[in-house]
Formats: sequence, C-alpha cells, structure tokens
Amino acid sequence: MNNQRRKVLKTGTGAAVLGALAAAGLITPGMALADWNKAAFEAKSMADTLKALGAVQPADSKDVQVTGPDIAENGAVVPVGVTSAIAGTTMLAILIDKNPNALAASFTLPAGTEANVQTRVKMGQTSNVYALVKAGDKFYMATKEIKVTLGGCGG
Amino acid sequence: MSMNRREFLQVMAVAAAGGMSLHSEFAMAEKGAAKLYDLPKFGNVSLLHITDCHAQLQPIYFREPSVNLGFGDQFGKVPHLVGANLLKHFGFKPNSIEAHAYTYLNFEKAAETYGKVGGFAHLATLVKRMKATRPGALLLDGGDTWQGSGTALWTNAQDMVDACKALGVNVMTLHWESTYGEERVKEIEEKDFAGQIDIVAQNVKTTDFGDAVFKPFVMKNMNGVPVAIIGQAFPYTPIANPRWQTPNWSFGIQEENMQKTVDEARAKGAQVVVVLSHNGMDVDLKMASRVKGIDAIMGGHTHDGMPAPVIVKNAGGQTLVTNAGSNGKYLGVLDFDVKNGKIAGYRYKLLPVFANLLPADKDMQALIDKARAPYLDKLNEKLAVTEGTLYRRGNFNGTFDQVIVDALMQVKDAEIAFSPGFRWGTSLLPGQPILMEHVLDQTAITYPWTTVSNMSGEMIKTILEDVCDNLFNPDPYYQQGGDMVRVGGLQYTCDPTAKAGQRIQNMMLRGQLIDPAKNYRVAGWAPVSEEAKNSGEPIWEVVARYLRDVKTLKPVTLNMPKLKGAENNPGIAL
Repeated sequence: MNNQRRKVLKTGTGAAVLGALAAAGLITPGMALADWNKAAFEAKSMADTLKALGAVQPADSKDVQVTGPDIAENGAVVPVGVTSAIAGTTMLAILIDKNPNALAASFTLPAGTEANVQTRVKMGQTSNVYALVKAGDKFYMATKEIKVTLGGCGG
Repeated sequence: MSMNRREFLQVMAVAAAGGMSLHSEFAMAEKGAAKLYDLPKFGNVSLLHITDCHAQLQPIYFREPSVNLGFGDQFGKVPHLVGANLLKHFGFKPNSIEAHAYTYLNFEKAAETYGKVGGFAHLATLVKRMKATRPGALLLDGGDTWQGSGTALWTNAQDMVDACKALGVNVMTLHWESTYGEERVKEIEEKDFAGQIDIVAQNVKTTDFGDAVFKPFVMKNMNGVPVAIIGQAFPYTPIANPRWQTPNWSFGIQEENMQKTVDEARAKGAQVVVVLSHNGMDVDLKMASRVKGIDAIMGGHTHDGMPAPVIVKNAGGQTLVTNAGSNGKYLGVLDFDVKNGKIAGYRYKLLPVFANLLPADKDMQALIDKARAPYLDKLNEKLAVTEGTLYRRGNFNGTFDQVIVDALMQVKDAEIAFSPGFRWGTSLLPGQPILMEHVLDQTAITYPWTTVSNMSGEMIKTILEDVCDNLFNPDPYYQQGGDMVRVGGLQYTCDPTAKAGQRIQNMMLRGQLIDPAKNYRVAGWAPVSEEAKNSGEPIWEVVARYLRDVKTLKPVTLNMPKLKGAENNPGIAL
C-alpha cells in the first residue's frame, strides 16, 4: 500500500495538488465541455448514439479493450476503462446498451496522449458495455458484458 | 453417536465378530485405516489444504449433494457429477468407504457405519501425521473458516482464529471472514496472526486508489525450493454478502492482475506457483485455462470434495485444479517433486477425515472444549427430534432449508418464504435430537435478521431469475457459487438452459398462477442491504421457536421446482 500517498491526501494537501495541476495547465476548467456533443448524449438507443457520433458501422477490433468487473459491486459506480492500441486514436467513448441514454462518457484526446481512460458509470441492469474508438476517420469497437445483480444468496 | 471412540470400536469389534455386514465394513475400514492414511512421502514440496470448514470444530455428519448440475461446457464434467456417476468417474467401488466419503449414496446407513467426519482435534492428528513424513510442508486454509457456528459468531471468530493457529495454518485467504467487517479482519491479521499466518489476496484492493489490502502472495522456501502461494479471495464478497461490511474494499476476479502476480512471483524465483483460491471450482477451471504459469489452483467455495485434480491445459503448459470440500471433512495433500528448478512429478490425495479412524489430538481437543465451555447450555438445548435426515447441500433445496422456510411461513404468517442458497450447514441422521447448535450450524451469520415484506409477483420473479443466473450463467465468471434460493409455498418450473430472465416459469401459489401485479406476503432472512440491518429477530430464534413447538419433526417433503432439460444430466439423482 502506498502509505505516503495516503498520508499526503489525508492531511488535506490533496486539494493543493489538484490546484497545482490546474495552475500548471494540466487540467483546465471547462476542458470537458469543449467538445460536448449534445445530440449524442441525449440519444436513447445504441444506434442513434452511434449515428450522432458519426460512427456508422464501427469495426470490431482486438486493439480496443474494455475493462471492468464481470459483476458490478455497486451498479451506481461501476469502474470501466477503455484502452486503444490503435495509432492516432483521438476519441474514446463508453456506451451502455441498456442504459436510458446509451452514451455514458466520451473523451477527446490531444495528440500524443496515451489512449487509456478510466471512469465510473451508472448501470441500472445487466448490459453490454461498448468501447468506441476513433482513429483518423475510422471507428472501432469492443464489448464486455457487465452484470448488475440484486445480491445476496452467495455460498 | 454418544459413545466415545474406545466404546465405539469395542461395539464395532463385537458386531463385526457377529458377522453383521454393515459393521464388518467398518471393521475393515478400521483395519484399513492405517492404509487409508498411510500416504508415502513423495517429492520435496508438500501442500496440505483445508477449506470451507465453516467453523466446525467438532465432528459432524455431512451429506454430499445429489443435485449439482452443470450445463453447456460444464455438463457431465467435474465437479458436476453426483452419486454413482462420481464413483464411476473416479473409479471407486459402490458401498466402499470412499463412496461414503465423496457421495450421498446410502448416506444414513453409511453414516452410522463410519461415524462422524471432521473435527479439528481429529484433523490435527492427520495434519501432524502428514507433516511428520513431509518436513517443511505448508498448511493452507482456503477461507470460510471463521463463520458457520454459534461459537464462532459469539466469540467474533476468536475460537477459530485460535484453533487455526494451534492447527498450524501457514497461509490463508478469505470469504465469509469479511462478514466480521474490515476492522476485525485487519485486527486478526495484524495481532493474532502476526508472524504466524499470512492472509493473501491478490484481488482485494481499496475502493479509492486500488491499493492492495492484503499481501498478494507469499514466498516460502521448502527444502531449498522457492514456492509462491498467491491468494484469491472470493471475488463477489460485497455482492453475495453485505456491502456495508467491507465498504472500502473492492474484489472481483482480477484475471489480469493474477497473471501479473504470477509473473512477478516467477521473476522473483518461484519454482512452484500455487494459487490458494476461494473462486469456486468452475471459476478456477476457467481461470486455469486463461492464466499461464500456475502449477496448481487449490480451491474451495463451491464445497466440491473432488478426489482427484482436474488437469487444465493452457498456453503456459498445464495447471492442476483441486477442490477440498467443506465442513472439515477432508484434508487435501499435494506433493510436488521439484528437480533442477522444474516440477518433475506430483501426487494428490483428498483424505477424508473420519473421526473414528483418527484419534483426537489432546491439546486441540482441550482448546476446543475450553472455547465451547461458556456456551454449552445454549448449544445443547434440545429443540426437537428429527425423524428424517436433515441436510442442506443441493442446487435447489435441502431438508434443513425446508424446515427453515416452513418455520418462516408459520411463525411470520407468510404465504411465501425465501432462504438463501448457502452450501454450508451440517447434517443430522434420523432419530437425532435437533440441538440449538445444529440450528446455528445452518444460520450463524453476522446479518441474521428476518424480513417480512409485501412483494409483487413481478418482483418475486425478478429475484428468482437473478439468483438462478448466479448459478446457471453459462460463463463461470458470472456465477457466484451459491445454490438457488430456497423457496417455501411457491412452486415453479426451472429451465437452467434457458436465457437469463426466462429460466423461471409457471410460478404457482396454492394452485393459482402468480399474478405479476399482485402483492404477496414474503418472509426471508439474511438481507444484504444496509437499510435492512436489525429488521427482525434473528432467524435462529424463529426456527428454534418452531421446532420447540413441533417437538417431533416428521420427515419433510422437499419443495423442488419442476426441472426442464436436466433429465439425463449426470449432476442429478432424484
């Protein structure tokens, strides 16, 4: 366990670290809003979301990976990650088939950024979770099923 | 059986002289006991394995399942074989001591013949014998050790912690241990176990930064051979058990991290890599096919007492997968012969612990007696006498669970009752008194509260479907390793091969189809949500009150679902 990191954060300097990052220009306020695609986030179905993103018929790719639990420990905060080994990846998105709005997150990557993101998504029921990746003008996809269960009754 | 061992053997000798076949079987077993437990030393690395004893310090009866279904890739494969199919697969003769040790066949008669199984004092004798012939042998505990008895619950696991130290456990991993809460587990690790027992789990991380909560693995040097023991805790602890008991720990299978941990252990010079796992056997088998570099996965959780390992081929070679049953009934012994840094051969045996064939270790028995002494009055309260066999294990129901749901319906005035598909819980023979201790053996958990709620027919279906998918999802990584929720009052049809959401069919109550829109009064216990804390009296109070009233318990009729697609399955005998 990285106790030093824990101590730093516990003693309240965590906020200062974040402040420093912002000051250094690594995190800019409003950064996340820069490329907000309203139509895509408001689309209900997978098909409509893909259309709004301009991603018609993305190809399945082994170079794209979705990571996450097989069964969610808490459907309200499911850790999901996407990595892409495809050169020139400029966008990563997470789509959840059975959510009311399929698009859960979209990341725009500046050139030279390692295509590896982690976030937490909310899931109301068992669903396929898709990673959508854009490189050049092409789209690629990978999927993983994440189960959301009522819990209890384990051996 | 109230006779002590000496009396028992005398009676047996007389009976055998009288030519009674039943007893002569035992007499033969007695003569053969030396042979049964005479396991010649092999190689230079030995691992002794116990798992899922569920806090059973004393010898008990335990009936193996007659329903342990596997479908798809798991159809007819180990561990989804019961009774005669299991005997045939492993090459045991019917009516042999092995047939009794590994199957439910002829349970009542054979249990009377061979007597009780397990008990830490008898296990201690066996462990000592194995260690005497195997210098440096490690004793591994796969978890589900601290939970399952009244005394474990009342001492906050202390009786088991002390017994495990006395038994000489070296390394352990976790499941039900976590239901005592994060703080208690860490307290035991840091104080009681310090310098003696390592808790290992590569798949338990903090929820905030993903830091390791326990050591992922330990390296042990055995007769000059570096051996890595990697821990794999039960991946679905915060789902199958209450989340609020481990709010800061995240689990999961963590296959990638397992591969990294194996690689790290190899890089540090491990010549033998063993995973001590609480995944459950189907998950272990899948993991063994995908992760490279593991020599053996010694598993538990699903309580499969499998006499021989399954050999799984993978990209790195092969991995042995074992599972050592439950309730203190077995000791697994895995010997490796390591030459020039490589494994040249192995032997495995799952030794049944027959209390009448292994004298009690005096020191261990004294420790157990001392731990139990303050609670004997409570434990020994005689609630009723059973006329039929009481057991729990089986995919859909067991007679002891039937008693629990019957008690819930009657005491709580409910039309329907649910009881969790736990796989622990001891068995009782016809004519035995049902003591408070036996009820606690089925119910002693840290969230024992009963609940009564008005539930819609639709919700009832949702619950049954959800649990059924945890049992029969074709992909083992999506299974949780428990059995189907036990149901009282409600009848249904189950098609395990159907898709999720379509397995539960034709739900009926008193001859009427369940109405999705109507509400029903449903009783249950062991709620996992934090809001349900202290919701109602503990389940053992309900069952005890019911049994005191019944006094003589007639053989119960099992409420079993009508099964589809299981007709020719080697995992069922009805």
